[in-house]
Amino acid sequence: MRRKRFYVALLALALPALVLAQGRYQIGTPLSEQEVQEWNIRPSILANGVGLPPGQGTVDEGAQVYATHCASCHGATGEGGAFTRLVSEPFPITKEVDSVDFAIGNYWQYATTLFDYTRRAMPFATPGILSNDEVYAVVAYILYQNGIIDGSEPMNAQTLPKVQMPARALLELDPNTQKRFPWIRLP
Amino acid sequence: MNRRKLLQLLSKGAAAGAFVKLSGGLAQGKIPQGATDTMKVLGTTLREYGERSEFEKDVIRYISPNLRSRHTGASFSPLEKLEGIVTPNSLHFERHHAGVPNVNPADYRLVIHGMVERPLMFTLQDLKRLPSVTRTYFIECAGNGQNGYRNPPDMTLTATRSRGLVSNSSWTGVPLSILLKEAGLKEGARWLIPEGQDAAAYTRSLPLEKALDDVLVAYAQNGEAIRPEQGYPVRLVVPGWEGSIQVKWLRRIQVTDTPVMSKDETSEYTDVMADGKIYAFTWVMDPESIITYPSGLQQISRGFHEIRGLAWSGHGRIRRVEISLDGGKTWKQASLEPAPDALSVVRFKYNWVWDGRETVIMSRAWDEKGNTQPTQEEFFAKWARNNRYHYNAIQAWRIGADGKVVNGDKTLAGAPARLGAVGRGGCGGES
Repeated sequence: MRRKRFYVALLALALPALVLAQGRYQIGTPLSEQEVQEWNIRPSILANGVGLPPGQGTVDEGAQVYATHCASCHGATGEGGAFTRLVSEPFPITKEVDSVDFAIGNYWQYATTLFDYTRRAMPFATPGILSNDEVYAVVAYILYQNGIIDGSEPMNAQTLPKVQMPARALLELDPNTQKRFPWIRLP
Repeated sequence: MNRRKLLQLLSKGAAAGAFVKLSGGLAQGKIPQGATDTMKVLGTTLREYGERSEFEKDVIRYISPNLRSRHTGASFSPLEKLEGIVTPNSLHFERHHAGVPNVNPADYRLVIHGMVERPLMFTLQDLKRLPSVTRTYFIECAGNGQNGYRNPPDMTLTATRSRGLVSNSSWTGVPLSILLKEAGLKEGARWLIPEGQDAAAYTRSLPLEKALDDVLVAYAQNGEAIRPEQGYPVRLVVPGWEGSIQVKWLRRIQVTDTPVMSKDETSEYTDVMADGKIYAFTWVMDPESIITYPSGLQQISRGFHEIRGLAWSGHGRIRRVEISLDGGKTWKQASLEPAPDALSVVRFKYNWVWDGRETVIMSRAWDEKGNTQPTQEEFFAKWARNNRYHYNAIQAWRIGADGKVVNGDKTLAGAPARLGAVGRGGCGGES
């Protein structure tokens, strides 16, 4: 009995050393990949298209989605209303463009951002209600309204990452950031 | 006359003659009528949770009138009504993108996944069990100073509306490096994508090197649980970097080899430069200072004044702050209090006797890396006039011969500037 107690005490003394032996505290619950996916309800879409889900949508379908879910804030055709203007000419901004007129056609640099943000945070008051097909469709509609795609093919995981945004030509890494993190490259 | 009657008369200010005798010669009307009232009645009893004085109710954050019901935007910390360097939690500036979520800590979880050996889920208790760090850091919105883009300058500008999107707090949390070590980083991991638990599921990209250096996963602010507006129960604190990367209501961190290029690091929080380029990842906040007294819409009288203000830099410690009393011709060194901490706000002070003549006063901060604040002209030589962020030019205050203080910035040549409102592409908090 006494001997058993001794070993328990010895173990208690040794435990911190054992736990920290690998330099870890062994705190936190491991998750399976399946459990991670359950938690990850709004997965990030990377600029190379990684994370884009199956599904697709056309400009015409997108017009319907837009009218139902978006027009009340962003205007009948994306010209802006109570909230942000979405549509501009398909040319990058210049120094003469007021910041209130920054929009997707003239300022957004990655088409994948449009899918990521729309699925992540829109519609503003009811985020998460659009299906993946509806998100693809409304992204197609907005890109079409901005004169960036011609609408001849639907938007999906293959076509969307290939869309070139006009303002990408203006985007550079902040030179001070580059100095501190020489390995960073913008997608 | 008995004592009680006398006191009643005194409190009504009707016994001036008697008062003069009692107080040894003080002239009539100099003692406020109510000054001794509290000495005649019992005060309130013990309270479980303190409230500030009812006479301080006008010390509140500034919210632009067009933003009150929008669930997005910013409220400004009332800088000229605060002292010292710590921002009271109720007055810390706010910036959020889809309202403040009401997170129940019992349901709270933080998941780290992606390029890690072991995807892990942490409860709030898990985070609190791990070794803690407490540090004082400023958090500043990248849009702080945005009213400086207005041209001509806004003559109703206050110190609050000039630079009130900065606040300074003691943050307690677990170093993010510890959590990443628990999960184990895989070869090739370069970036983290933190995500918030708000309705915008707000995300940004954070380079791993910064995360391993000094980033905190914070759960306490000035000794108490982080306020809901600041990310309750858990937020990132990314010292010295723009506030928008310090993700609040932190629920998920994905480890990747590439940045996500989320909406808030592409369409917002990128900077238009004077040469027409757009800069991405302009993370570090350049040095700033603001004179809070005397400042816009205040009024002063002739004689002694302690000029007071705040200074900070995302590059490190503030080394010195200079004051100009002649519109920028000559500069004098202010005293700093307390001894500056890296990436924290410092208070500066300067003793001054105002002679009653119209003048323009300014402050400029220098940090330990030798960075300082530009003039308006120098600022716009680098940054475009239609940019929205990172305005850190010297703020001037003009003191009129009548003692009234107004914005002393110059009107610049060129077109008038329209600012983007929050929800319409800006983040400075005003239309």
